Amino acid sequence: MEENKNAQTIEEKQYLIRFKADTESHLHVLSHDVCIEKCPDKLCTIFCPAEVYKWEDIRMHVGYEGCHECGSCRIGCPHENIKWEYPKGGHGIIFRLG
Amino acid sequence: MPEKFDVIVVGAGPSGTSCAYKCAQAGLKVLQIERGEYPGSKNVMGGVLYRKQMEAVIPEFWKDAPVERAIVEQRAWLLDGNSMVTTSVKNNDWEQEPCNNYTILRAKFDQWFANKAVEVGSLLINETVVLECIVEDGKVVGVRTDRPDGDVYADVVVLADGVNSLLAKKLGYHNELKPDEVALTVMEVLNLPKEVINDRFNVKDNQGVTIELFGDATKGNLGTAFIYTNKDSLNLGVGTTLSSMIKAKMKPYELIEYVKNHPMVSPLIKGAESAEYLAHLIPEGGYYSIPKLYGNGVLLVGDAAQMVNGIHREGSNMAMASGTLAAETIIAAKEKGDFSEDTLSSYKTAILDSFIGKDLKKYKDANHTFEEQPQYFKDYIPMINRAASSFLTVDGTSKRDKQKEALKTFTKDKGTFTVVKDMYRAWKVMK
Repeated sequence: MEENKNAQTIEEKQYLIRFKADTESHLHVLSHDVCIEKCPDKLCTIFCPAEVYKWEDIRMHVGYEGCHECGSCRIGCPHENIKWEYPKGGHGIIFRLG
Repeated sequence: MPEKFDVIVVGAGPSGTSCAYKCAQAGLKVLQIERGEYPGSKNVMGGVLYRKQMEAVIPEFWKDAPVERAIVEQRAWLLDGNSMVTTSVKNNDWEQEPCNNYTILRAKFDQWFANKAVEVGSLLINETVVLECIVEDGKVVGVRTDRPDGDVYADVVVLADGVNSLLAKKLGYHNELKPDEVALTVMEVLNLPKEVINDRFNVKDNQGVTIELFGDATKGNLGTAFIYTNKDSLNLGVGTTLSSMIKAKMKPYELIEYVKNHPMVSPLIKGAESAEYLAHLIPEGGYYSIPKLYGNGVLLVGDAAQMVNGIHREGSNMAMASGTLAAETIIAAKEKGDFSEDTLSSYKTAILDSFIGKDLKKYKDANHTFEEQPQYFKDYIPMINRAASSFLTVDGTSKRDKQKEALKTFTKDKGTFTVVKDMYRAWKVMK
């Protein structure tokens, strides 16, 4: 299957990267009520390049372990509802190439 | 007694390392703090390194640095769904040293560069986050890190902490960035054998090609895609302003698949193997987004200072130039023994007088205009494709009629007045 050596889904893409996840999240949704009441589109679940955010019924699941630390969620959340920090020194994503 | 340095540089990207290198070389006691496992491990760039500004830091760096290919051809594609109008400039002189620019892989390059700064005496500490600047009597006197007993002091702190400069924001030097001030870009490194790259891009070993893709590559949204050749891999990426990404409800990883599967792109990457997937923000607010650049005991450089020219895909060169100018400011301040805001203000003058200030000023309204007027990407690129394709389709119509038809294509949908107005507006913000 020569054609399929390139990663197509976000799962396949994320699998290419080395992460050294901290035990604690560096991303915090401040209020899940804000997501429910004020954000029908749940925009972070769309534009996050690593699909870190997933809406689960009544709360936002944050898969911080796969975060690229790009900062888009902090800037793009229309309700400033995400507390964004750098992971602890040496933790988080580790790019090997680009 | 905590240790005191002349200079603390936060971040080991091109701007921070240029500054650390120049300061250490001048005999200053420099500490460079990097939050990643190694310099470059958090950094992403399309991959074009301009020679000139790097050479100003390390002469003849290309003899030693991990560069990929010297770029001899720069292509631009105006893409539509199933066609494109392209331009290309190829010049084999660009392969002669000193070359114009090179492709690089950042994780490799940044490590090499930071180690060069270490060789001239800078102290590099990895895996350490700077939590905040220590401010005493209105003056930045050091940094607080996430290490135990992690306070370190210096005469001057250089913030080279990138697009997400939480430190500059905390000092009140800028507000939170807005979604139209940043480009969200994703990239894949795609492995391909060297010979295949040489064949497909019509180059020899060590000769490189860059392609910028406009129009359909971002589904008509403000932004670009790019394909750059490394030795035996390609960097393929795509980005739009975060505001466009949100407005169009695009998923970045689906957009990059759209580009990879585009009929004009897919033959170039056929059989390639994905090696890495990366996402990053590019500060593209330009001139109006430049934050406060200096204060008592502190300077801002590189992405943290919004030094990116999105129109010309320049950033790392501005980062290096700003890091160098910051170092010159610091060296002069050290001689004077004064790191006050007043003394450090010469940095801002130097930035504005350099090509950085001039270029950012030249394009100060460009991004904003293209954001507000999406027709350039959405309408005109498809129109150019239709007109050019129709002109070159031989179907028994005379050339004179073809020409008429082509011209009509431009004015039919929008009216002559609108087209002229749009062209004037584009010329005005780019001139």
